[in-house]
Amino acid sequence: MTTRIHYTREDAGAHPSNAQATYASTLKRAPQQALIRLEQTLSEITGPRFGREHLSAADADLSRWNGGEALGERILVTGRVLDEDARPICETFIEIWQANAAGRYAHDVDQHDAPLDPHFCGVGRMMTDEHGVYRFLTVKPGAYPWRNHHNAWRPQHIHFSLFGPSFATRLVTQMYFPGDPLLALDPIFNSIPDMDARQRLVAAFDIDVTMPEYALGYRFDLVLRGRDATPMEA
Amino acid sequence: MGLRQTPSQTVGPFFSKALLREGWNDLAAHGAAGQSIAITGRVLDGDGAPVPDALLELWQANAAGRYDHPDDVRDTPLDPQFSGFGRAGTDAQGRFRFRTIKPGPVPGAGTSLQAPHINVSVFARGLLKRLVTRIYFPDEPLNANDPVLNSLPDTTRRATLIARPVEGESKSDLSFDLVLQGDNETIFFDV
Repeated sequence: MTTRIHYTREDAGAHPSNAQATYASTLKRAPQQALIRLEQTLSEITGPRFGREHLSAADADLSRWNGGEALGERILVTGRVLDEDARPICETFIEIWQANAAGRYAHDVDQHDAPLDPHFCGVGRMMTDEHGVYRFLTVKPGAYPWRNHHNAWRPQHIHFSLFGPSFATRLVTQMYFPGDPLLALDPIFNSIPDMDARQRLVAAFDIDVTMPEYALGYRFDLVLRGRDATPMEA
Repeated sequence: MGLRQTPSQTVGPFFSKALLREGWNDLAAHGAAGQSIAITGRVLDGDGAPVPDALLELWQANAAGRYDHPDDVRDTPLDPQFSGFGRAGTDAQGRFRFRTIKPGPVPGAGTSLQAPHINVSVFARGLLKRLVTRIYFPDEPLNANDPVLNSLPDTTRRATLIARPVEGESKSDLSFDLVLQGDNETIFFDV
């Protein structure tokens, strides 16, 4: 018998349940049956890995596109990807996407009456380095209306997609900005059960990250499920 | 545990330019060894309406049953032409399509053997966290002893995990619908 690693379970206070009465899109999409708990096997403790061969430095710089500079407030967003034991998750693939400074996505489905920016595509990707650090240069996304309820507005946010070391650690989330008055009104942000867990999605303004004369700096660390200390016999 | 997990949020409706790339729904594009298969299907909501903005990801072992990952330490051979990851979005009719190879069986808990299966993640607007399910194969003798299929409390829903042959097509054309809610709701797992 060999001992195989496995991963901690979802922190129930951190992750929203899919059924949320205040978020209209969940009503016909959230499963009604209970999830079946799986013992973690090789299928769950392994997961996809990505190389750097398809990435360029430009993939981490959203502040320019199509030969020109995006409009808006330039920001640097950086942080570390860690596990629950504060170990850095190195060489993991991060993808981000966001609206432009006016609150409009470069996407056919987005019909918000706000201008597109020909110099902003709103898509970035990179690998974390050997310390688990990532770094994107972009512009601050605008808030935008959505049709969830009367006068509904999404707070300013950047979408993040991360893999981590296994199928079990996959995470898609959103980063928010400190002091945004829309956070208190947003059913997606407020679907997170614990108040302190919500705050983990709010980036911190950091003057030390700020690039003098160039871009404001925000720090946003992400914590993926860690290794469970309990050995599993396999 | 020193740090707490970062919460999940929905992928939203605007992910396609960021997350979808040409060729990512063809896991066999580089000439992987094994039985070539196509998996098509639809993602449907609680009204049976198509979900046109879902994101599906596949993760699977190669034809020999080996995962391309350092924690699969067995000496079963890797296939340099096969990474095991795929990704596709649904179209306006909720349809998706993957091409891949049938994975081999992989070890389960204890000394058990898991029947060939593909691990699936589902993301969409209206899903605040991903859904996880598995695609098993029809006419697969190992299904009878698969520890996951055999552990399901409701055997009538077991069929939601097994792909179906596409009528009038070759044996390698399979269909797998994902029903997010309601009658025939697909079984989803907590991993």
